[in-house]
Amino acid sequence: MFNLVKIAVRNLRRYKRRSLLTVSLIAFGVIFVLVFVAVSSSFKELMITQITDSYLGDLQVHRRGYVASIETLPLNLNLNLKQVATVEKILNETPEVTAYSERVKFGGMFSNFAETTNIRINGVYPDNEFATCPELIARISEGEKGPNALQRGKILVPVLLARGFGVKIGDTVVVIATNQDGSVNGKTFAVSGILESATGPGGRDGYIHIEDAMEILRMPQKEISEFAVNLKTIGRVDEVAASVEARLAAAASDPQKVPFQVHTWSQLSPFSNIAKMIDVMTFFIKLMLIAIVLISILNVMIMAVYERIREIGTIAAIGTLPRRILSLFLVEGFFLGVFGAGVGALSGLGIVLILNLWKLAFHFGQQDLVLAPTIAASEILVACAMVIAVSILASLQPALKASRMEPIDALRHV
Amino acid sequence: MSLIVAQNLSKTYATNSVEVKALQGVSFEIESASFLAFVGPSGSGKTTLLNLVGCLDKPTSGSLAVAGVDVVQLGRRQAAEFRGQNIGFIFQSFNLIAVLTAFENVEYPLVMVQELRPAERRDRVLKALQAVGMLEQKSQMPDQLSGGQKQRVAIARALVTRPKLVLADEPTANLDHETAYMVLRLMKQMRNNFGITFIFSTHDTRIIGEAEIVYSLEDGRLIGREGRGEAHVQSSEDRRTKLTAI
Repeated sequence: MFNLVKIAVRNLRRYKRRSLLTVSLIAFGVIFVLVFVAVSSSFKELMITQITDSYLGDLQVHRRGYVASIETLPLNLNLNLKQVATVEKILNETPEVTAYSERVKFGGMFSNFAETTNIRINGVYPDNEFATCPELIARISEGEKGPNALQRGKILVPVLLARGFGVKIGDTVVVIATNQDGSVNGKTFAVSGILESATGPGGRDGYIHIEDAMEILRMPQKEISEFAVNLKTIGRVDEVAASVEARLAAAASDPQKVPFQVHTWSQLSPFSNIAKMIDVMTFFIKLMLIAIVLISILNVMIMAVYERIREIGTIAAIGTLPRRILSLFLVEGFFLGVFGAGVGALSGLGIVLILNLWKLAFHFGQQDLVLAPTIAASEILVACAMVIAVSILASLQPALKASRMEPIDALRHV
Repeated sequence: MSLIVAQNLSKTYATNSVEVKALQGVSFEIESASFLAFVGPSGSGKTTLLNLVGCLDKPTSGSLAVAGVDVVQLGRRQAAEFRGQNIGFIFQSFNLIAVLTAFENVEYPLVMVQELRPAERRDRVLKALQAVGMLEQKSQMPDQLSGGQKQRVAIARALVTRPKLVLADEPTANLDHETAYMVLRLMKQMRNNFGITFIFSTHDTRIIGEAEIVYSLEDGRLIGREGRGEAHVQSSEDRRTKLTAI
C-alpha cells in the first residue's frame, strides 16, 4: 500500500500545475460549503433563538383547536383549571423543561383617552415569562427592564402603538375587552415599558400581569390560553414535544378526545420555512461541491490515463495485475480529494475564525444581531468524506479504463 | 526440454475488413539460455512473434508452449501472472516509470508483481543494479540518465524477477552504435552469468552478429535459422542457477 501511495503522490507531483489547480478547485468548493454552512447555520440559530427566547418559547401547549383559531384569540378555547393542573404536572415532571409560562391571551381595545385602537394582550406571570423568554428584556427599549415591568397595574406597550399614540413611560392608558359572556370591561394601566417587535415592523402584542388579564375578562377561576415552554436543548424539541404530547394523551380521560395539543416553535413560526429554505440551499451548495469535485477529478484522471497509456502498457506487460493498476489510479484520485479537502477544511476554518473576529452584524427587527459563525466537526467531516468519496468515484471510470487496457495496445500507443 | 516450442503459429490482424497476415505457420524451438535474435525488415513479424512469446497477444492459430505452459490457453489475469513470474521485458524506448528512481524502477516488479518483503527486495535490486553497472546511479530519476543508462536500468528491471526468459524488442534502436553494442554485450554477459534466455528482435544488421542464433523473418514467415556458438549456449544451461545470486 505504501508503494501505491508513493507512486500516486509522485505522479501528482509530476503534473504539479494540473494537480495544484485541481486541488485548488476542490479546496475552493470545500471553503465555500463550510463558510456557507457556518454563516447560514449561525443566522438560522440566531433567528430561532430570537424567536423562541423572545416570545414563542421552544414549544407551546394549547387546548385542541386553539392554534387553528389563534387569529381570533378565542376565549372559549382556553384550558380550564383541571386541564391547567394536568399540563403543569407533566411539565414539572419533564426534566428537559427549564421553565414555562402560562399566558391568557385576548384581543381588546387600547386607548390613551384620546384615541383608541386594537391590541393583543398577553397576561403573564412576570417571573415565569422572563424565565421562559429571556430575550424579552432585550425587546424593552424604554422603561423598566425585567419582571418589575409587569407588576399588577403595569403594561408593556408595543412600540407600534406607543409611537402612533405618542404614549410615554408613566402615561396612563386603558385596555378594554369583551369577555366570554359578552360583557365589556376595562382597566387602566401605567405604561412601564415600550416593547420592540421581535420580528420586524408591526406587532401589536402588549403584556400585562395575568391577574389583571383575569380581572378584565372577569374570570371566576384561572384559565390559560397557552403554555410557552423553554427547554434545555432546543435540538431535542421534537422529541420532548412528542413525549409531552404522549403523556398528556395518557392523562386524558377519553383517549379519543385528548383536549391538548402540543406545537413546536417550527409549527408555529413562519420562520421555520425560511430555516427549511436555508437547509435546501445548503443541500444544493453541497451538490455543487460534488459536481465541482466530480468534474475536476474526472477531467484530471482521464488526462492522467491518456498521457500514461504507454506506462500502463509497460506495467501491465511486466505482470502488474489489473486490480493493482486500478488501485494505482484510485489512490491518485483519492489523494487529490484528500489534499483538496484538507486545504479546503483548514482554509474554511480560518475564514470562519476571521468572520468571528470581524463580528459580522445585521439588523433584524429593531435589534442588531451579531453573527457568530461556527461549524460543527461533523459538518467538516461530512464535507471532507463527501469530497474524498466523490474523488474516488470520479477516478473509478478512468482507473477501470486503465486496468482494462490490453498491454499490447497500450505499448503501441504513440 | 525446450524452453519455447512454437508450432505452426499464425497471427492475422483484421482492420476495416482488411486482413493482414502478420505471421504465417511459424514453427521453432528455443533452448534454455539461448541468446537469440529474430531479424528481418519492418513488417516482417518480429514484434508480433515477441508479443506472442511474451503472452501479450494470442495467435490466431497454432500452438505455443513457454516453460512447459500452453500460454495460448491462459486468461488475461493468468497471462499477467505468468509474465510476472517468468518473463522479463526490455523495450525499445526503455519505458522506465518517469516518477521513480532507477532503484525504484528496478524494484517495481518486486513490489507490484511478486510482492516480496522489503529486505529481500532491496538486496535483489542492489545486486541487479550492480550487475548492470548502475549502482552509483540508483537514486537518479530516468530523465537524469542517458539512453544507454536507461536501457541498463531496464535490463536490471527485467532480470530482477529472476525470469526464465527476457524478451527485448529492438532494444538498441534508440541507441547510438557504440551504446547498442555495449547493451548487447551486457545482455549476453547476463545470459552467461545467470543462464537466462535472451530473445531480441532487430533489423540493425550491424548488431545481428552479436546473436548466437538468428531466426530470419520475412512477410510473417520464418525463412532461415543461423547458429553461431551453439555449443556455448548448450553448456550454459547449468549457469541459470546462478540467477539466484540476483
